[in-house]
Amino acid sequence: MKRILTGAGLLAMLATGAIAANTSITIGDQLEPPHLDPTAGAAGAIDNVVYANIYEGLTRFASDGSVIAGLAESWEISEDGLGYTFNLHSGVKYHDGSDMTASDVVWSLNRARAEDSTNAQKGLFASIENVEALDDTTVVVTLSAPNGNFLFNMAWGDAVVLNEGDDVEALKTAPNGTGAFAFNNWVQGDSITLSRNEAYWGTPAILENVTIKYISDPTAAFAAVMAGDVDAFPTFPAPENLPQFDADPRFNVIVGSTEGETILSTNNKMPPFDNVKVREALAHAIDRNAIIDGAMFGYGIPISTHFAPHNPAYMDQSERSQYDPDLARQLLAEAGFADGFTTTLKLPPPSYARRGGEIIAAQLREVGIETEVTNLEWGQWLEEVFRGKDFGLTIVSHTEPMDIGIYANPDYYFQYDSEAFRTAYEVLNTETDPAARELGLKALQVMISSDYVNGYLFQLAKTGVANANIRGLWENAPTQASDMTAVYWAE
Amino acid sequence: MIKAAFRMPGFTIGFVIAFIFVGAALVSFLWTPYPVDGVDIANKLHGPDATNWFGTDHLGRDIFSMIMVGARTSIAVAIVAVGIGVVLGVPLGLAAASKKGTLLDEFIMRGNDLIFAFPALLIAILITAVFGASAVNAIIAIGIFNIPVFARLSRGGALSLWTRDFVLAARVAGKGRVRISFEHILPNITNLLIVQGTIQFSLGILAEAALSYVGLGAQPPIPSWGRMLADSQTMVSFAPHLALFPGAAIVLTVLGLNLMGDALRDLFDPKLRRDRQ
Repeated sequence: MKRILTGAGLLAMLATGAIAANTSITIGDQLEPPHLDPTAGAAGAIDNVVYANIYEGLTRFASDGSVIAGLAESWEISEDGLGYTFNLHSGVKYHDGSDMTASDVVWSLNRARAEDSTNAQKGLFASIENVEALDDTTVVVTLSAPNGNFLFNMAWGDAVVLNEGDDVEALKTAPNGTGAFAFNNWVQGDSITLSRNEAYWGTPAILENVTIKYISDPTAAFAAVMAGDVDAFPTFPAPENLPQFDADPRFNVIVGSTEGETILSTNNKMPPFDNVKVREALAHAIDRNAIIDGAMFGYGIPISTHFAPHNPAYMDQSERSQYDPDLARQLLAEAGFADGFTTTLKLPPPSYARRGGEIIAAQLREVGIETEVTNLEWGQWLEEVFRGKDFGLTIVSHTEPMDIGIYANPDYYFQYDSEAFRTAYEVLNTETDPAARELGLKALQVMISSDYVNGYLFQLAKTGVANANIRGLWENAPTQASDMTAVYWAE
Repeated sequence: MIKAAFRMPGFTIGFVIAFIFVGAALVSFLWTPYPVDGVDIANKLHGPDATNWFGTDHLGRDIFSMIMVGARTSIAVAIVAVGIGVVLGVPLGLAAASKKGTLLDEFIMRGNDLIFAFPALLIAILITAVFGASAVNAIIAIGIFNIPVFARLSRGGALSLWTRDFVLAARVAGKGRVRISFEHILPNITNLLIVQGTIQFSLGILAEAALSYVGLGAQPPIPSWGRMLADSQTMVSFAPHLALFPGAAIVLTVLGLNLMGDALRDLFDPKLRRDRQ
C-alpha cells in the first residue's frame, strides 16, 4: 500500500513538474543591464528585459518592425500634421495597482524632453512642443514642425510611459510598468525574473514566469543551451555553433534581421582619414563577403551604406565600394600615401568586432595600411573611442532602428561634418509624405556613401537558438527586445 | 657534466622537446610554411593534411606556422621574465645574505614575502589591465613574480656558504662583502639557479599562455598559444584541431622543461649524486 502511495505521489510530482515546465521559460542573454530604466540609459540590455514585457509606450514595434498601437488605442493626426490626439486604453493599471491615465503620458513625455533629461534618445522628443491631457484617456501632442517619424519615435523603448510620481531612482532596480509581465526579482550577476501580470489590460501572457539568465561567455552559452539550462538564447553570441544546433532536432535556429549596421567606423577628423580619397581607398580595400564569412560564419547581409537592407528605402550602392585592392592602392598613392600608413584599430568585445578586426587588419595590410590592433572591453571602448574619440578605426554595430540621423551630429564619435547632410536631414524630418520621405532617405544614403564616411560592412543577423517546442519568439529584431508576451510551449 | 646529463633519460627527452620548440621559434624568424597573418577565409577550418600540416584556423591561417611563431612569443616572454627575476632577484638575495640579520636583510626579505603573498596571476592581470594588454606588460608582470623566487633561493644558498672556510679565508684576505658575494658565493649557487631557472621558465610559458588566454598577453596579429586556445573555444566541438595543437604545444614545452629541470636537480645535488655512484 505504501509503495502504491509513493508511486502515486511520484506520478503527481511528475505531473506538476511537467505543468511547471510548460508555464515558465528561461532565456539567455549575454549582457546584463546596468539598471532597468529604459528612459534613462542607452544600454540595449535594458530593453531586452523591459521592452513590451514590463513597459509600454503609446505605440510599439511588432516583430516585423511595423509600428502598431500600444497604450494608445487609436489616434488622429490633424490636417497640418502638427497635432496628434491619442485615445488611451481605459482600465490600464500599473503593476503597483495605480491607474495609468493621460497625466502619466504627459509626465513621461515631458520628463523625457526636459532640459535635464537623462534620456539616451532625446532626439526622439525634439519635435514635441506641447503635451496636454484633455481627459483621463485623451492626450494631445503638439509638434513644432510636422514629423513623419513621430509614431515610430513613440514606439522606442526610450518613450515608454512611466507612472507619474514614481521615484525614478527606485525604478532602476524595481521597474513599475503596465506590461503583461511584472518585475519579480533580480539576482545581480545572474538573472532577472518576471512574473505574469494577472491584471493585464490586454491579451494576457501565456507564460507564468520568465527568467533571463546572463551568460557572457560564448562557450558557457553553448553548454547552457545544450544542457537545457536555458530554453532559448534569442541572440546567440557564437554564430559558429548554429549549424550544430540546426542539426540537433531538440533545437530550432531562428535567423532574422536586426537594425544593426556593422561598420568600420572611421575617425573623419583624424589625419589621414580627413582625406576622402583615403576613406575611399578603405572602402575598396575591404572584402565584405570574407568578413561575413569569416567573422559571422555567413550570417549577415552586406551593406553599402548606413541603412538596413530589409527597409524598402534601402539604396544599394555596392558598385561604389567594390572590393578592389589595386584601386585602393592607387587611391592611396593619389592621396600621397603610396607607402601606406599606420593607424589604430580598437575593437570592442563582440566576435563580429574581434574576428572582423583580424580580417580587416589583414585586408588593409594588403594595400599597405598597417593597423595597431587593441582589444577593449565595452567600458574602455565607450571611454576611449565613443566619448574620447581617440581612435583611427573601430568596428561596431549600430543597433538602433533608422539611425542615419547620427550623421547629422558633427560631434558624434566618427565626427562626420557635412553641412549638406545636416540640411537634407532637417528637410527630411519635416516631411510627412511617405514617397517624399523615401526619396529623402535615399538621398541621405547616397551622401554618406559617396563621402565614404565609414566602411560599411554588413547588417547584423539575429541568430537565435530555442528549444524546438517554443513558439512565438521574435524572428527579427526591429528594436532591442525579448518580447515574451506571446511565447508559449507547443506540447 | 654534459655527458652525465645526457645519460639521464629525463634530461634527454626534455632537452629534445625544448630543442624542437626553440628550433621552431628560431626557424620562424627566417621561414614559416605560410605567413602567420595570411587570412584566407575561403580556406578556413581545414583539418590537418599535406598542404596545412596542422590544418587551418577559423580565419584560414596555417596553424603550423602559428605554432612556430607562437613558440617565439612564449619563449621570448619566458626568457625575459626569468631574466628579470635573475638580474634583480639574485643580487637582492646575495645582499640580504651578506648582511644577515640586519635591517637591510629584513627589508629585502619582507618585501619578497609581500610579493609572494599576492596570487601571481591575479597581479599579472591587474598590471596588464591597468597598463594595457601587450606582450611587454605581460613580461613585466611575470618577471616581477620571478624576483622573490630567485632572491629567496640565492639568499638561502648563500647563507650556508657564508659559514664555509673558503669564505672565511677570503674575508681574512680582506675582500669586501660584495666581492665575496660575486666571486665566491655566486659561482657556488649557479647550479641552484639553473635548476630553478628551468622550472621558472616553464612556469613563465604557462603564465604567458594564461594571460594570452584571457586576452592580456600578446595582441593580435602576433600569434600566441594561449590566444589560439581562447579563439578555438567555441569551435572545439567541430574543429578539435584548433585547440589540440596549441594545447599540445603548451603541454609538451612545459613537460620538457620540467623533465630537464628535475634531471638537472638530480645531477647537481651532491647527495643524490653519491647515491647514484
